[in-house]
Amino acid sequence: MNLDLTIDVLLLAFMAVIAIAVVRMRDLFGIAMLFSVFSLLSAGVFTVMDAADVAFTEAAVGAGVSTILMLATLTRTAREEQPKRSRNPTLPLIVVFVTGALLVFGTSDLPRMGDASAPAHHHVAPRYIEDSEREIGIPNIVTSVLASYRGYDTLGETTVIFTAGVAVMALLGIRRRRRREEPGEED
Amino acid sequence: MLHHTVLRVVAKLLIPMILLFALYVQFHGDYSPGGGFQAGVIFAAGIILYALIFGLEDTMDALPPGVLKILSPLGVLIYAGVGVDTLLLGGNFLDYNFLAHEPTHGQHLGIFLVELGVGVTVFSTMLLLYYAFAGREPGQ
Repeated sequence: MNLDLTIDVLLLAFMAVIAIAVVRMRDLFGIAMLFSVFSLLSAGVFTVMDAADVAFTEAAVGAGVSTILMLATLTRTAREEQPKRSRNPTLPLIVVFVTGALLVFGTSDLPRMGDASAPAHHHVAPRYIEDSEREIGIPNIVTSVLASYRGYDTLGETTVIFTAGVAVMALLGIRRRRRREEPGEED
Repeated sequence: MLHHTVLRVVAKLLIPMILLFALYVQFHGDYSPGGGFQAGVIFAAGIILYALIFGLEDTMDALPPGVLKILSPLGVLIYAGVGVDTLLLGGNFLDYNFLAHEPTHGQHLGIFLVELGVGVTVFSTMLLLYYAFAGREPGQ
């Protein structure tokens, strides 16, 4: 059997198991950790797809920093999710199934993965692949696209991150904890 | 402040390597996967690991929030400044060809500076977010 396919199926199966576990769990600490594992697995999926840059970002941001931020947030709230009286699940179940069926139906129209005749591979991608070495002169095409061809977008993304930081500063601010100093106790 | 010896020793070994790897990702992004965004996150993760093991107070002493609050907009300014610079040199906004005599040299320089801007902003913002969330007493 194709090795790529085996790895894909394994990774996706693990992801499905984790997603179900997250829905069923009440312990928020465990859920945060499972989300981290989920991110790591999707980074694995991206690696199998040869999207090293995306996998890198997913592993660093999704599995790393966002988990830490989620855990830090947990210290400010309860550790357990409040059990909620559930209403009749029939209607939500129908909505979920119909939406899922529509999504699966929608994928039947998409080109197969790696299809050379897919529209995405005929727009600007050939130009990047053929001309970026000459025009930009660096081997990593992803960096060429990100920083040069699509420099505007990256500037926008950077501004978004900065804005997010400003928003958190405005809402929470940074309070320095009082240092609990006992005289004579040096570490 | 925790007193787990194993954690402290392992962290002391790992943190310099994490920071070095972040710099590698930052400045080697032209040739290998990675770039400013990933580098900024990894660098912030290294500092956060230090804060987790050795305490937030010591980390804030070493890297005060005030400095990070300057670094965070500085990255965006570096990025946008490169764009304004290319405008002044006669090109379009963010058209790095005009940064040097040779177009590809200009591109190299432009990408280097732009990625540096991204890295600085991402690093400082991630760390500021961590400070903001972790710096509060539980349940406050």
